[in-house]
Parts: sequence; structure tokens; C-alpha cells
Amino acid sequence: MYLGEISGLKVGQATRDAFGEALKELGDKYPEIVTVDGDVGNSTRTEVFAKAHPERGFNVGIAESNMVSVAGGLASTGHIPVVASFAAFLLCNAYDQIRMSIAFPSMNVKMVGTHAGISIGEDGPSQMGIEDVSLACSLPGVVVMVTADAVSTKKATAAMIEYEGPVYLRLGRPNVAEIYSEDDTFEIGKANTIREGDDVTIIANGLMVAGAVDAATKLAEEGISARVIDMHTVKPIDVDAIQKATRETSAIVVAEEHLAHGGLGSAVAMVVSQATPVPMAYVNVGDCFAESGDPQGLLDKYGLTAAAIIEAVKKVK
Amino acid sequence: MAAQANALSIEELKDKGKVLRRLIIRMTTEAGSGHPSSSLSAVEVVNALWFGGFMKYDSQNPTWEARDRFILSKGHAVPVLYAAMAEAGYFSTDDVMTLRKLGSPFEGHPNMKRLPGIEASTGSLGQGLSLGIGQALGARLNKNGSNVFVVIGDGEMGEGQVWEALATAEKYKLGNLTAIIDQNTYQQTGATKDVLDLGSFEEKISAFGWHTQTIDGNCQKAVVEALEVASKVTDRPKAIISKTKKGFGILPVLEETGDLNYHGKPLSPELAEKALAFIA
Ligand SMILES: Cc1ncc(C[n+]2csc(CCOP(=O)(O)OP(=O)(O)O)c2C)c(N)n1
Ligand SMILES: [Mg+2]
Repeated sequence: MYLGEISGLKVGQATRDAFGEALKELGDKYPEIVTVDGDVGNSTRTEVFAKAHPERGFNVGIAESNMVSVAGGLASTGHIPVVASFAAFLLCNAYDQIRMSIAFPSMNVKMVGTHAGISIGEDGPSQMGIEDVSLACSLPGVVVMVTADAVSTKKATAAMIEYEGPVYLRLGRPNVAEIYSEDDTFEIGKANTIREGDDVTIIANGLMVAGAVDAATKLAEEGISARVIDMHTVKPIDVDAIQKATRETSAIVVAEEHLAHGGLGSAVAMVVSQATPVPMAYVNVGDCFAESGDPQGLLDKYGLTAAAIIEAVKKVK
Repeated sequence: MAAQANALSIEELKDKGKVLRRLIIRMTTEAGSGHPSSSLSAVEVVNALWFGGFMKYDSQNPTWEARDRFILSKGHAVPVLYAAMAEAGYFSTDDVMTLRKLGSPFEGHPNMKRLPGIEASTGSLGQGLSLGIGQALGARLNKNGSNVFVVIGDGEMGEGQVWEALATAEKYKLGNLTAIIDQNTYQQTGATKDVLDLGSFEEKISAFGWHTQTIDGNCQKAVVEALEVASKVTDRPKAIISKTKKGFGILPVLEETGDLNYHGKPLSPELAEKALAFIA
């Protein structure tokens, strides 16, 4: 059973596919956009842009450190580099370069990490970026976004290009449920309430938003009213939306496809602990490397399911 | 107004080199920390670039789009850059005496956010050449004829990223990019041949498809001539292996201390006096 199925959400595009299409279109409008690739453009989908704008697509080979600093240099000559790789390789292989060539000088570079989370499946733990949000959030001045579906990813892609400054956007490999329609708004730093509720709040991002919607659907059948918030921007986090949830609902559950430490859960907890503390529970990958397997089987085995969210809600409510 | 027009003669450059050396010693001794020996080895290269007519810049308009760009990849040697920029009129020589003090933009390593005219924030070794590639690619897209010069340490060449960058620069045939390797034969913990001997830079870098020259990098005339040759090569990236001595210009003073590397420490006020007298 896929995330979103219980609520009858349709399966749409993968977020990386939506990003690739959006970037190509934005490339027509913004001549400053360039892509910097480390030999994975056909996976990250920057290739779609690079094929349409060959003179603006640079592939430096399997050399992530170099790739990231080249992007920093391009930004300092007025271009808007989009540097993309698997989240694991971008953040982990080139962290010092991100820190020194992008974050510290506050370069207008858009970093895109695809194949994030365990839902990449069969390729296994070496390819799974499950610590990327934590690493990205540790960089002063970097905006960190994790999008849930195709429509919001397209809007996030446009928003990050329009935004002046360094951004990290986390994307996934598999096709995911459609959460949004075209008329829904997307603003960096402003969470979207997907479903109203007044007993408990489920804050999620990435593909766990669909899981949260499923959990809320099931909980409603039991008479529990769950609010679902898509916290697509982890940094700067939407403090108002969280504080409102602490006032209006009695508990908060945070669900994300990331390690327990340093991700969305940590970011929300920091706000809650300084507002009106309410009981909290967390659904995430925990503190382990996952394994190879089919994506759905992995999500089930590592507890990234609607059932796990429901269990967490019942623990704190 | 580009400063390229008024290039100094070799003799004038030699005098300017003394001015830079004195500034390097005075500011690091005043700061009580820093890397004077790493700065001194690169004086002739920095001097020729900034005052020998090889770089277009406008100190009154540091963000001028068509300017050439200088990246000090070995960022710990930044006193030589602050000295040159002071002489070029970006700020006063008094200003640079605040080196490393709280509130001063003259940080221990270059910080482009705090000091206009600094083209890259460096200090974590290995990244400058890649940044230079990005700027050279950007200049090419901008069609503004801007050139990029990157100074790299010989110990720094141990960083794998530099070799990634060497390959990438050749792929894009970056004729507007020049790398200068300050081969002063020492790095932090000792002689480069003992810490990590990379053999001949000339052989290795030319094997990457670059135009290469090896020169006496503390001979002002040799540096100027090498930069002239490099400026005429426009179909591929260019490297100058600049064989230097760490602490050049005050070597007898360093010999007295028994430490010919003298890495990462300022001269005491007494030694600084001796060094300044020696330079004069
Ligand atoms: C990535 C990184 N590792 C270590 C250091 C610490 N460090 C600063 S200077 C230096 C030696 C540099 O040697 P070299 O490149 O030969 O420059 P020199 O001082 O001899 O001019 C080291 C190891 C650093 N700044 N960055
Ligand atoms: Mg050295």
C-alpha cells in the first residue's frame, strides 16, 4: 500500500521529475541559470535543462567537491547555479566545499539533493541521503526545503530561483502521491495546512505528508481530529504555524524520511519547547543505516507508515 | 578606470616588493599571529599581478564587472594580499594594521563578505582552483574578457579537489584561467618532499593538458616574463610553477631562528626590527 492510498490520493510524478521540468522552463525566463552536474544529471534531472540550454549546463565529472566550488565561483560572477547530485553525495562528499564555497560567502547557489531518504530502495544505504537535512540545517544562512509532491516541487523550484541566497532542496526518487492542486500557494518559510483538526497536529514533509494525510483519515474514523501540516521549509521554520498548533491542539507528532537527529523533528521540538510545551512523538528512520529492498517494503520495515503515525498519535494524545 | 595601464618596471616592482614585505611583517607582528613566511614567498607573484600590468581592476569600484579576479587559494597567506590591495588603493596601509583584531574586516583568512575586492573566501585549502573555474566559466558566459588568477600552495596540492579542478579546467579549455603554484617546498609540519612528495608539478600538470612553465618565483623579472608568456596563451588553462623560498626576503633572520619553514607564527618585535632593517 502506497502512502496516500488510504485517502484516495493519486500517485503523481516523482519530485525530481517535477523539478527537472520546472527548471527547464525557468531556464527560458532566467538566462542567469546554469547547472553544475557530477555525472548524475540523468538521475537528478538537471539533464532536462542542460539539453535545452547546452551552453549553460556544465558536467565536471564524478568530482563533487570540485562541482560545488565551481558552482560557488559561477555565482560570484552573477549566475544562478543549480548544483545537483544525490543528496548523500552532495551533502556528505562535499560538505566542506558547501560550507566554504557557498554558505560562508552566502553565494546565490541552489543545491538540489535527489534520491533522498530510504525510498530509493534497491540501491541501498550507500546511496540513501538520510542525514542531509541535518547537515544542511547546520549551515548558517542556508534555506532548507523538503517538498512533498510534484506541484509543490515545481513551485518550490521557482521560489528558490527567485530567492536571493543559498538554498538546499531535498527531492526523492519514487513517484509520490499528489497533495496539492495548481491553485495552492507555496511560499518559502510558510507551512501549508493540508487538513484542519483540533485534537492533535501531525507535522510532516516529503513523502510523509501523504502518510500523515492517511493517518488523519483513519484517525477521523475513530473520532480523533488530526491537523496535518506540510512543513516544506525546515529552515527558516514556520514558528507561527507551530505555536498555533501548540495552542489549538494537545499534542504534536513529527513525521519525516530522515534520521532522528537534526531533522524536522529536532527543528519543531526546538520551537515547541520555547512556546507552550505539549507532548511530542516522532516518526523517522531512527538512528541507523537502512538496507537494500523494494521501496514500499523498506518504508514498512523502517516504520515510515500511516500506521506508525497513528501509533505515535495515540501515545501522546 | 582600469589600473592595468600604469604597469611598473622591473626596478619599480622590486621597490614595491620591499614595501609589501615590510607591510607583511609589520601587520603580522602587530597582530601577534599569522603566516608571514607563507606570505613572503608569494610576494613577487602577487606584486607582478597587481602592479606589473597583468590584472585589470579598479580599487574605487571593486565590483566593476569586467575586472580580472585574484583568488588566494592558500588563504593563510592573506597578509600579502592585504598589503597589495592597500598599495593598490582599496584601503589604507593603516587599515591593514588591524589584521586579526576583533571588528576588523582584515580577518585571518580572506572573507569576501567583509572586504570588497576579495574575490573568494578561502582558508580551507584545496577549493580556490575550482572557484576560479566557476569564475572563468562565468566570465566566458558574460563575454566580458575577465581573467582569473589563482595562487595555490605546494602543500595544498595534496588536496584531491585540486586535481579534479585541473581536469575540469582542461575540459572547458579555460584560456582565461591561470594557476600559480607557490612551490616554497614547505608545508605545515615540514618539508613537502617528506610530508607528501608529489614529484614534478610540471610533468603532472602538463599531462592534464595545461600550458606549464617552471620559474624562479622569487626573481621579479622571471615572474613578469612568465606572466607575459601565459597572457598570450588563450586556448587552454595555464600553470606557472613558481619555485620560491618560504620567508624569502628575510631568510638570514629566519636562519637565525633555526626554523626555515617558520610556518604560522609572527616574528617577535625584536626579530621584526631585524627583518625590516634587512629588507631596507
Ligand atoms: C583543508 C585544510 N587542511 C588543513 C589546513 C591547515 N593548514 C593551514 S596552512 C597549511 C600548510 C599549507 O602548506 P602550503 O600549501 O605549502 O602553503 P605554505 O604555507 O607553504 O605557503 C595547513 C596544513 C587548512 N587550512 N585547510
Ligand atoms: Mg608550501
